[in-house]
Amino acid sequence: MPGIIEMFFNLDIMRQSLPLLLGGLWMTLKLCAVVIGLGLVGGLFLSLAATSPRRWLRWPAMAVIDLMRALPPLVLLIFIYSGLPFAGVEMPAFAAVAIAFLLNNSAYYAEVYRAGLQSLPRGQWEAARATGLSMPQTLRHVIIPQAVRNVLPDLLSNTVEVVKLTSLASVVSLAELLYQANMARSVTYNSSPLVLAAAIYLVLLWPMVRLVSRYQRKLSI
Amino acid sequence: MTPMLEIAALEKRFGDTTVLRNIDLKVRRGELVFVIGPSGSGKSTMLRCCNRLEEPTSGSIFIAGRNIMNALSKDLNSLRLQTGMVFQGFHLYPHMSVVRNVMLAQVKALKRGEAEAKARAMDMLDRVGLAHKAEAMPTELSGGQQQRVAIARALALDPKVMLFDEPTSALDPELVGSVLKVMKDLKAQGMTMLVVSHEMGFAREAADRVVFMDGGVVVEQGPPEAIFGNPQHERTRAFLSRVSSHA
Repeated sequence: MPGIIEMFFNLDIMRQSLPLLLGGLWMTLKLCAVVIGLGLVGGLFLSLAATSPRRWLRWPAMAVIDLMRALPPLVLLIFIYSGLPFAGVEMPAFAAVAIAFLLNNSAYYAEVYRAGLQSLPRGQWEAARATGLSMPQTLRHVIIPQAVRNVLPDLLSNTVEVVKLTSLASVVSLAELLYQANMARSVTYNSSPLVLAAAIYLVLLWPMVRLVSRYQRKLSI
Repeated sequence: MTPMLEIAALEKRFGDTTVLRNIDLKVRRGELVFVIGPSGSGKSTMLRCCNRLEEPTSGSIFIAGRNIMNALSKDLNSLRLQTGMVFQGFHLYPHMSVVRNVMLAQVKALKRGEAEAKARAMDMLDRVGLAHKAEAMPTELSGGQQQRVAIARALALDPKVMLFDEPTSALDPELVGSVLKVMKDLKAQGMTMLVVSHEMGFAREAADRVVFMDGGVVVEQGPPEAIFGNPQHERTRAFLSRVSSHA
């Protein structure tokens, strides 16, 4: 029993590795900011294209969404980071991770938005257009605010997934939270830094998970 | 005098189905024209062609003498400001307060300032008897109140013609009167109106002219006394007897 506590919950080792892990957390947060921020915007545009009545917009958008949802994000990441250099395209780990996860994540956000857009009755469009609002004005003031509100729990839920997804970046040696924790583990020959990392993820994500459940309960009433 | 709204040789086909055939109709300034007919007769489609929510297959539509069929999509937005449309299902924006509903197109399409748009919105809400509900959300209103807000939303843009697409069909019977009263007031103030509706009593009382449509054509038209009292066509007689036996 003392062996398990020594190996997994060693407070001394946790304290020593904390600065390293906080550095990793900072990297994770930066990555999340880029991938979530741009993903929310990119996904919105993708979903608008995918629901457009114009075929030349709709089909390519649907193809991108399908492809990115079918492709494992880790495959995409390793392809961009380790595969593209053979074609002369090299980039720092952060850029490779950001691009790979942004592509993947925009497609998921797009699917969520699409459900929201399609849940709105046609009458909302017609009422807005009949009062002389242009297509972009109708989207901005009438359609998008309602669509987003209708799928807020799903957007939030997808955001939780993105935070978890960033731990894959450790594979390409990006010094994010998991990578740093694993580093600390190998230096100290002790698993406590991994437990600490898990605890940090939990503190970060648990409130969001709670919020999603509360929202979903409220909507189902 | 040029009619306020003129529909000339209007045709509308959906694929192989022709839903409107050679429609000619004029609505003079300040006139209230009522369109009746069985469902599927093309009444709503015709109305929706008047602001090109439905794109006509051929023909012309003149609003105050200007053919809106010539307008490119950019001008279409400003042309749509000249026709106010009221829908069967109200279609208020549920995420905005009542007064915001009435302000939105004023600010974004007409480019009025916030203060002016708000003042105008309050005026219009007052006109439909709902100034006290300005800050309410649409879902807090009854169907009749929502429809009156929808009328205010259209009126706030100073349209030349008001188009009503079965404005009372989705309402409980006891709420219909309040909407019809607003429409009667509008007529008294000189608004030009084209109304698709099944409210025969209202047509008899308030319409200047009644148009009977069936199978995508205008079968006959005339003053309400003539259409209701002495219809010339068999189809009109059959429709009116069907309707009155249900009333």
